[in-house]
Amino acid sequence: MLQIHRDVCGYCGCCVSVCPEGALELIDAYLEVDDHCTSCGICAKVCPVGALEVKDED
Amino acid sequence: MRTDYDLLVIGGGPAGAIAARTAARAGHSVLLVEKRPAIGAPVRCAEGIGKEALAEFVNPDERWIAAELKRAEIVAPDGASMMLEAELAGSKIGYILDRKVFDRELVWQAAEAGADVMVKTRASAPLIDQGMVKGAVLESCGDQKKVHAAVTIAADGVESKFSRWCGVDTAVPVREIMSSCQYLMTSIEIDHECTTFFLGNEVAPEGYLWIFPKGKRTANVGIGISGKKSGAGHRAKDYLDRFVRARFPDGKTIECIVGGVSVCRPLGRTVADGLIIAGDAARVVDPLTGGGIYNAMYTGDLAAKVAAHAIGDGKTDAAALMPYDREWRSSPMGKAIERNYHIKEYLINLPDEKLNAIIHSAQSLDLKDFSTFTLIKELMKRNPKLVAELAILKASIG
Repeated sequence: MLQIHRDVCGYCGCCVSVCPEGALELIDAYLEVDDHCTSCGICAKVCPVGALEVKDED
Repeated sequence: MRTDYDLLVIGGGPAGAIAARTAARAGHSVLLVEKRPAIGAPVRCAEGIGKEALAEFVNPDERWIAAELKRAEIVAPDGASMMLEAELAGSKIGYILDRKVFDRELVWQAAEAGADVMVKTRASAPLIDQGMVKGAVLESCGDQKKVHAAVTIAADGVESKFSRWCGVDTAVPVREIMSSCQYLMTSIEIDHECTTFFLGNEVAPEGYLWIFPKGKRTANVGIGISGKKSGAGHRAKDYLDRFVRARFPDGKTIECIVGGVSVCRPLGRTVADGLIIAGDAARVVDPLTGGGIYNAMYTGDLAAKVAAHAIGDGKTDAAALMPYDREWRSSPMGKAIERNYHIKEYLINLPDEKLNAIIHSAQSLDLKDFSTFTLIKELMKRNPKLVAELAILKASIG
């Protein structure tokens, strides 16, 4: 699943723009991920600061 | 609180503010909502704009102009540089703005013109009736309200969600998002009248690194790299940190911002029933430069004009709003986006050696007529090895 490191995130919305599922939303100054997320990792790749990480389920 | 407007504008950046201002000046009722608690902050922009482009929408004011530019410098991967002086670059030379003040000014002008404004207010869902967008659910400090509007303008930026909720796919291809990071640095030695662009695979893969002055010893120092080239250990911030350590070891960073800039083609369709999409949300950023302020203001203004017209006619379905889509595509802005898309595609596929060769020969050019076309023609003359590629580029932007 997708893990958001809030202390690293710069709440810029770069990840939101590339999400193929529309699963991310930037609400004011925090990022939210909903259950449409498929853990594809595209957002984690493009993040300018490395605030997103796909972790194994277990 | 009023719950019925002619126009609902989502987003308080330049696209939304100009849309609200234009509609309010035409006598329409407008509500502009901004999810952030403050207009203009945090900044997610390198803040450059051409002089003529800016003046089309607002009179320049020293309160929000941080620097006036006289020249631009392009630095090749091998360090060779070419300088473009103002007389040659024409309208390409401009200002570096202070977006925090600038954005606020535009929203203030919209409010002065009669638009209602709500900050810390998020459009959390569209109101849809028989396939037609009729406004939005707004959430503000724990309250939830439905606001109805004849036309809704989605000017919600790169992280746009609203048009997606209305069924328009706005996803940017990974290779066409510029993953970006910028420091506002001070105590650095710079040419305070010059913007500098650094190119090359080592410096900024499929993007560029910039120094945009904001004062005598202050500048936006930033970078955008292709999302395709980004990953753990080699992200935009990693490249920027490396550059800054080498170039400005004693500089002080007083602001750190990140962002995504789309350099894809614009959305295939920027209207739907009751909905117009403007600015970064419509993906109308210039794909070559990544500049989006003018394009946002232009599309915001046009969106409001077309919406006002449609409201006057009593028909606001997609067909009635289509003139917006048609007009911006055939405008100088639309044509520049298409042309610059081709140039960008050409440049990102160029290995560093070829980029060096081009800049070396451009250094010696006497560029009296600095159009893209003459530049390519001259470069072809001087770079026989690049003729085939340049010819394709020339044809594609012809």
